[in-house]
Amino acid sequence: MNVVSSNATRTPEWLKWLVLVIGAAILPLILQQFGNAWVRIADMALLYVLLAIGLNIIVGYAGLLDLGYVAFFAVGAYLFALLASPHLTETFPAIAAAFPGGLHLTIWVALPLAAAVAALFGILLGAPTLRLRGDYLAIVTLGFGEIIRVFLNNLDHPINLTNGPRGLGQIDAIQIFGWKLSRRLEIGDFEIAGVTLVYWLLLVLVVAAIIISHRLAESRIGRAWMAIREDEIAAKAMGINTRNLKLLAFAAGASFGGVSGVVFAGFQGFISPESFSLMESIMIVAMIVLGGLGHLPGVVLGAVLLAALPEVLRYVAGPLQQLTGGRLDAAILRQLLIALAMIVVMLLRPRGLWPQPEHGRSAGRG
Amino acid sequence: MGESGQGLGREGRLITGGFAFAMDVFLQQIINGLVLGSMYALVALGYTMVYGIISLINFAHGEVLMVGALTAWSVISMMREAMPGAPGWVILLLSTLIACVVAAVLNVTIERVAYRPLRSSPRLAPLITAIGMSILLQTLAMVIWKPNPKPFPTLLPSAPFHIGGAVITPTQVMILSVTAVCLALLLWLVHSTRLGRAMRATAENPSVAALMGVRPDTVISATFIIGAVLAAIAGVMWASNYGTAQHSMGFLPGLKAFTAAVFGGIGNLAGAVVGGVLLGLIESIGSGYLGALTGGVLGSHYADIFAFIVLILVLTLRPSGLLGERVADRA
Amino acid sequence: MAEPVMLKVEGASKRFGGLQALDSVGLSVAKGQIYGLIGPNGAGKTTFFNVTTGLYVPDAGRFELQGRAYEPRAVHEVARAGIARTFQNIRLFGEMTALENVMVGRHLRTHTGLMGAVLRLPQAKREEREIAERARALLDYVGIGRFADYRARTLSYGDQRRLEIARALATDPVLLAFDEPAAGMNATEKQQLRILIERIRQDGRTILLIEHDVKLVMGLCDRVTVLDYGRELAVGAPAEIQSDARVIEAYLGTAAAH
Repeated sequence: MNVVSSNATRTPEWLKWLVLVIGAAILPLILQQFGNAWVRIADMALLYVLLAIGLNIIVGYAGLLDLGYVAFFAVGAYLFALLASPHLTETFPAIAAAFPGGLHLTIWVALPLAAAVAALFGILLGAPTLRLRGDYLAIVTLGFGEIIRVFLNNLDHPINLTNGPRGLGQIDAIQIFGWKLSRRLEIGDFEIAGVTLVYWLLLVLVVAAIIISHRLAESRIGRAWMAIREDEIAAKAMGINTRNLKLLAFAAGASFGGVSGVVFAGFQGFISPESFSLMESIMIVAMIVLGGLGHLPGVVLGAVLLAALPEVLRYVAGPLQQLTGGRLDAAILRQLLIALAMIVVMLLRPRGLWPQPEHGRSAGRG
Repeated sequence: MGESGQGLGREGRLITGGFAFAMDVFLQQIINGLVLGSMYALVALGYTMVYGIISLINFAHGEVLMVGALTAWSVISMMREAMPGAPGWVILLLSTLIACVVAAVLNVTIERVAYRPLRSSPRLAPLITAIGMSILLQTLAMVIWKPNPKPFPTLLPSAPFHIGGAVITPTQVMILSVTAVCLALLLWLVHSTRLGRAMRATAENPSVAALMGVRPDTVISATFIIGAVLAAIAGVMWASNYGTAQHSMGFLPGLKAFTAAVFGGIGNLAGAVVGGVLLGLIESIGSGYLGALTGGVLGSHYADIFAFIVLILVLTLRPSGLLGERVADRA
Repeated sequence: MAEPVMLKVEGASKRFGGLQALDSVGLSVAKGQIYGLIGPNGAGKTTFFNVTTGLYVPDAGRFELQGRAYEPRAVHEVARAGIARTFQNIRLFGEMTALENVMVGRHLRTHTGLMGAVLRLPQAKREEREIAERARALLDYVGIGRFADYRARTLSYGDQRRLEIARALATDPVLLAFDEPAAGMNATEKQQLRILIERIRQDGRTILLIEHDVKLVMGLCDRVTVLDYGRELAVGAPAEIQSDARVIEAYLGTAAAH
C-alpha cells in the first residue's frame, strides 16, 4: 500500500481488512433472508470482480488495451464444462470407453488447470499484438475475442466439440470435500443455501486475487509493467524485455479469467457461446475504467457497481415500467442506465470513481 | 481457384481438384463484394477521419449509420402515406437528405457532450463514453422505433441488369455510383478547400494548426458532420440492399468498418477506402468459397470473423496497416 | 594511454529514405573519459546514439563494448550489456514516483520473478529492500532525494533531467550516454549539472555526451567528435576542436552565442 498510516495509534491496516472480509462473508447470510435471488446477484458480482482484477493486470498495470478478455473466461468455462459433463462421453464412444464413470474433473484440478490453459491462451493471443500501437492492439484483441466466440458457436461440425449454439449442459456442480455446492447446508436450525456456499468459494478466490494482484503491483515485475505502460522505449532502455513482460501480463491476467470461467460453469450448470460475447469484454473494461484503472479498490468497486446495479434495478424497474405504459421494460431500463452511468461517470470523473490517490504531491509543475 | 477468365461475358467452367469454379458465380461474388465494400468504405472514412483528428475510436459511429437508416425509413413511410404517387427515387433522395441532417446533428451533439469535455483526460475515458453512447443510442432506437425489424422498401426499379451471368440490381448500381460520387466530393473537399486544408493540418499537428488560425473545434465538428453524412448514406444503402432496418443493425457493420479502417492504416483516407473495399470483397468471396474450399469444415458462418482474421494477418506483417505511415520513434 | 576502451564504434551508417543520417561515423571512448559528441542540429548525433543503443538498426558498422563485439539489435539487450542512456526529450515514467523510476533502473540487475513476488519469499523481500535503498541513495546522489515520493511528471525540468541520470546510474552501466542533458537549463543549473557529471566520472564512470552548449562541452570533455551532415568533421581534444576552421564554419559562429 502506498498510503502509509503516519499516525501509529490509527487502526492497523490488517485489522481494517479483516473487518471488511468478515463483513463480506456475512453478507450472503443476510441477503439469504430476502431470497436466494439476491445471493445470486452477489455471486455474479464477485465473479465479475475476479474478472475485473484479472483484466486490470493487463490494462491497468501493463497498459495493454484488451477488448477481448472474455475469451479467457470462455476457455476456463468450456474446459470445465467439457471435463465435467456428459457431453464428451455422449458424443465420442472412445472417450466413454476410456472413462466408464463419466468425466468428472474435480474442482481442485480444474482451477489450476484452467488458470494454466487460460495463461497459455493469453500468450497465444498476446503474441501477435506485441508490436502494435495501443488502439490497434485493442481491435486485434477484440477480434480474437470474437474469433473464439464464433469458433465455440460453430465447432459442432464436423466433430461436435462444443455443441455449438446449443451449449453444454449438465455440468457438474462444484464439489468441495464431497459436498456439492448446489445443495444447501444445514447446521442445526440454520440453513445455508447452495448459492451462499458458492459465494464463499468466490470470496476466497477474490481475496486471493486481491492479494496476488497487490503483491504483483508492488514488485519488480509490477514496476516493469508500469514502466512499459508509461513509456515502452524508456523501459527497453532500462533493460526491460518488453516482449516477455507483455506476454507475462497477458498470461497472468488471463489466468484469472480462466479460474472465473470454471466457477461460472460449475455454478450455472449450463454454458453457451452467448455468455461470452463482445459486450461482456466491453463491460469488464468499463468496470475497471469506471472504478479506477490500475487501482484495486476502484476496480472492485467498479465491478460490483456495474454487475450488481442492473440486477438491483430490475426490481426498481417495475413501477417505472407501469409509468411508461410498458414500452420501457426492465431489460431496456438496465441498458439505458448502464449506458448513462458510463457516460456520466466518465464526464464527471474521468479517472474513475476511486482512482489511485495522487501520491507524489505536486512538486510545483502539473 | 483456377485462373480468372479473360474479360466479362465469358462463362467458363474450370474444374480444379474436385471444386468447380464458375465465372458467373465468381463475378457475382465480386459484385456483391464491391457493393458491400462500398458501404464499409463510407463508414470506415468516418472512423478514420475522426481518429486522425482526435485519436478517438468513435464506438458510436455504427449507431449513426443505424439512425440514418431508421430515420430514412420513418420519412419514407410518412411520404408514402402523404404522397402516394411520388416517384421512388424522389422519396429515396429526400429521405436520405433528411437522414443526413439528423445524423449530422446527432453526431455533432455527441461530440460536444461526450467527447469534447474529455479531450485532455486519460485516453481511456472518451473510449468509455463512446461505448456508453453506442449502447444508449441502440437502446433509444429500440424504444423509439420498437425492436422489430422494419421492412425497407425497394424504391428504385427492381429489374436487375445482367453482366456476364451475374446479376446487379439498380439499387446496387446506385450504391456503387453514390459511393464513387461521395469519394470524389470528399477528395475535392480535403484537397481543394480551405476546410480540407484545415482538417489535414489539424490532423497532423493540432497546436501548430491552431497557431495558424485554425479553430480546432470547428474542424472537429466539421469532421463529425462529414463522417455522419457518409454513415447516414451508408445506412440508407445498407437498408436498401438488405431490405431491412433495425436498432441493432449498426453495431456489426460499424465494427467491421472500423477494422477495415485500421487495416488500411488508421488516419489515412485512402487506407479507409482500400480497407473497406478489400474487406467487402474478402467477405463476399470468402463466404462464397470457404465452405467449398475446406470441404464443409468452415462455412459461411465464419464470415463475420473474416474481417478480424484479415486484420490480424495484415497487422502482423505491417503493424501500421496497409497504407499506414511507419511511425519511426524519435528518441 | 593504458586505459581500456569501453566503447568502440567504427563505420556506423544509417540511411532514412533519401537522407544519409550517418555516414561511416566512429569513435572510441576510454574508461573514465567524458567524451563529447557535438555538431549542428540534424548532424546525426542522436541518430548515432539510437544506432549504438539498438533503437535503430544500423545499415553498417562495428560496435564493441569493453572489447566485445555486439549487434545493436535489441534495445534491452544493449542496456543489459552495459550502455545506459538518457533521452533528448526526457523519457521518464511520468505517473510513477521519482523513487519508482530509479527502482525500475535496477530491474536488469535484479531477479525477482512472478513467483517470488506473489509468494513474498524472503529473498524477494530482501531484494526489494536493497532496490529501494539503492534507489534512495541514487536520488540523494543527484540531489533530488527530497522528491522521492513525488510523481515524476510533477518535478521541475531540471529535476527531471537529474532523475533520468539517477535512473541510468541505477543500471550499473559500463557506459553512460547522455543526450543533451543541459538542454533548457539556465546557467546555474548547467553549472550544477557540470559538477554532477564530473562527480560521476570521478566515481569511476565513463560518459558519452551529446551537447549543444559548447562551453559546457569544452569544460567537461576530454575528447570530442564533431559531426556535420552525418559525417565526422573533426576529432580531438576540445582546444584543438575549438580552433578548427572547419568546425567554426559548420557552426557559423553560433558557438559564441553560448
